[in-house]
Amino acid sequence: MNVAVIKYNAGNVQSVLYALERLGATARLTDDWETIKSADKVIFPGQGEASTAMAYLKTRKLDQLIQELKQPFLGICLGLQLLCDYSEENDTPCLGIFPVQVKKFPPYDKVPHIGWNNLENLRSPLLEGLDELAYAYYVHSFYAEIHPEYTIATAHYMLDFSALLHRDNYYAMQAHPEKSSLVGEKILTNFLSL
Amino acid sequence: MLTKRIIPCLDIKDGRTVKGVNFVELRDAGDPVELGSIYALEGADELVFLDITATVEKRKTLVELVTKIAKTINIPFTVGGGISTVDDVKALLNAGADKISINSSAVKNPSIVNEMAREFGSQCIVVAIDTKSVDGVDLVHTHGGRRPTTFVTQRWAQEVCDRGAGEILLTSMDHDGVKSGFANGITSELSSMLSIPIIASGGAGSMSHFKDVFTVGKADAALAASIFHFKEIPIPELKSYLDREGVAVRL
Repeated sequence: MNVAVIKYNAGNVQSVLYALERLGATARLTDDWETIKSADKVIFPGQGEASTAMAYLKTRKLDQLIQELKQPFLGICLGLQLLCDYSEENDTPCLGIFPVQVKKFPPYDKVPHIGWNNLENLRSPLLEGLDELAYAYYVHSFYAEIHPEYTIATAHYMLDFSALLHRDNYYAMQAHPEKSSLVGEKILTNFLSL
Repeated sequence: MLTKRIIPCLDIKDGRTVKGVNFVELRDAGDPVELGSIYALEGADELVFLDITATVEKRKTLVELVTKIAKTINIPFTVGGGISTVDDVKALLNAGADKISINSSAVKNPSIVNEMAREFGSQCIVVAIDTKSVDGVDLVHTHGGRRPTTFVTQRWAQEVCDRGAGEILLTSMDHDGVKSGFANGITSELSSMLSIPIIASGGAGSMSHFKDVFTVGKADAALAASIFHFKEIPIPELKSYLDREGVAVRL
């Protein structure tokens, strides 16, 4: 299994590579078009700020590449948010794979949303073998709204939001599978066997 | 529902885990990577690795150790001890740490909190505050709790929050190692005052102390060391106790 992890200015990419290696995949961090195009699976990790990340993707034309890919693709955390239409974080137009808006959490509770929270309303082969209310590890200040068709799991913190999204070959997860213990490993294993 | 986090802390000296009483007498408690893996399997929500001698001996936390931990462990972990520059943070995050914790260096140069938060995001910048009551005033201490400052804890906590800290790791020097319970008063005060999570540390001796720090102390997470290392309170038992007591935990 040959996995390309898209190299851009995202933080903590190493953990994603290590997690894939623990599952027996060969993971490579790359921004090379051909390497990404020919990979069996592509992972779009993320930790950082939306507008800076989008600007970086554009300078390398990685935005176009991501929109053209046909193999199973998994966006993680900021990776999920960048796959949406638009993020309120510094007023950033994003990649538009999911017709979903990314908004800032209201200030009713502590932000960022940090810690272990449930995955609810699971409906996807990507989540096979997981129990309803399985826990995943989140760290984020912005959330993706729920889409009636593309949201495949929800989570709740002050409000309900998209925990995972899926459209065609594109999957995305707000929590960090690489840090979500056995639950995260199960999701990554399912993704690798798509 | 967002759950309360249980965080074993591994104090590291020369690559081994140690735990002292009131930061002084050190006893050996094992290999940090091995211990960390066991805790992850047992249901720890996060891990903290603190190189407790780093500030005193002016030596950097070992990036190699962080690499080994990141390769092995599938839950988030924070690294602290002797971190003072943006480059230190970069090296540790690149090695696979999820968050870094700064303490003395923030007191010495508060704007470093802004710099680090701007460069890497607030979510990975934890500011550790060692507090001790001096004549009825909560004062920040540095250098492993040995050196008092003139900073009032509450004011300092608000300041680091404003400067972009993502979490506060609050250690009560009056409670640390004494096992008589967490400092619920000041923990609750800071948790109510600030918009970021508070990790309470120092004083865990029984399972009910954890319940108290989450309910009375309003902590978002609780950290402890020796009671986990010396198996006085097994994590699975602690979490099922908290669940029975109505505290939301990940089981």
